[in-house]
Amino acid sequence: MASMRDIKRRRDSIQSTGQITKAMKLVSTVKLQKAKGKAENTKPYFDLMYETVSSMLAKSGNINHKYLKAGDSTKKAVIMITGNRGLAGGYNSNITKLITNGDIPKEDVVLYTIGSKGRDTLARKNYTIAKDYSEVIEEPMYSDAKVICEDVLNAFAEGEVGEIYLAYTSFKNTVVHEPQLIKLLPIEADAKESSDADMAPMNYEPEEDEALNLIIPKYMCSLIYGGLIEAVASENGARMQAMDNATSNAEDMISDLSLKYNRARQAAITQELTEIVAGANAIE
Amino acid sequence: MKTFKLLVNTPDRVFYHEDVTMVELATSEGEIGVYADHIPLTAVLVPCVLRIHQEGEVHKAAVHGGIVEVLKDKVTVLAEIAEWPEEIDVNRANEAKIRAERLLASHDSCTDIGRAELALKRSLARLNTVD
Repeated sequence: MASMRDIKRRRDSIQSTGQITKAMKLVSTVKLQKAKGKAENTKPYFDLMYETVSSMLAKSGNINHKYLKAGDSTKKAVIMITGNRGLAGGYNSNITKLITNGDIPKEDVVLYTIGSKGRDTLARKNYTIAKDYSEVIEEPMYSDAKVICEDVLNAFAEGEVGEIYLAYTSFKNTVVHEPQLIKLLPIEADAKESSDADMAPMNYEPEEDEALNLIIPKYMCSLIYGGLIEAVASENGARMQAMDNATSNAEDMISDLSLKYNRARQAAITQELTEIVAGANAIE
Repeated sequence: MKTFKLLVNTPDRVFYHEDVTMVELATSEGEIGVYADHIPLTAVLVPCVLRIHQEGEVHKAAVHGGIVEVLKDKVTVLAEIAEWPEEIDVNRANEAKIRAERLLASHDSCTDIGRAELALKRSLARLNTVD
């Protein structure tokens, strides 16, 4: 049996780790509340934007536009949103797995990364990283999304990439976060909405083509911004859960070790008593 | 007078959501006023003053770029930024206007004319909202 001193040392170290994880849990809970509020405020805008663009495309029928068909290049741009920090359970690795285990062959992936954790993991695996914006994830702003959007659209316009994807963790609620890979460009007009045939045809100002040129970048930009905001909420949610688990594991281990410690102490006392009694008997 | 729902949304908040009788705004093709039962229209917004007419009252707000979708009984404005007059910093807007005007007047080959014009439009939209 391990000595009393060893057990005590181990217990103390676990106790201080437990204190750290508990503090981290509290911090991420506060951050989560903030990020969740922001995500809830932003949600209506993206839902509306998505609805508007999809109903627009459905109503305008078959239009031939550069943003509505894939480019010639087989390369695919992937905007990957992860965190800058670890200790968030599977949060970062779920996103990188989405890309490494995905359908897109490794050679064709051109990464635009947000979050150093994901960037480092995939850089180690020799993925092509076109650009990195890790600094924005702490406090994402709409203008950040705009910059990213412009860079990716330029690459698309110049034919460097044929399709654009977004990999992020969608925030369902505090405990459920889903890693997702969605296609941003080309936009696939879903046929199901065209069933509302009673709707009057949509007019565009300026002309359809030009309107799409202006509206689609805005649409992409808002999706990227939405992705950033949801990813921040998910990251804090994931960290909160991971730290909560770590804290309760630490508590379990402490109670287990306390029991062992007390047994060891009792055994030591018993042994000492036996020794004294045996010694006294020997003198008589 | 017939009313319709006006919804103004920005990425950070639902800016305005009420029944109104008329709304004035500027699209890339010019200024328009929308009453209820307008024909369906999707247009690109430019920085402008959004005038919301509601039972004789007129509310003003500055909006900066975005899209507007007009349906028969509903108008949706998706703006990148929207501000009420009291949220606007007049001094900053004035400075921005002067800066943009200087840039445009300088005829320097390295100035980005499009950018300066947009900055000027934004500052004008803000200043006009406050007056």
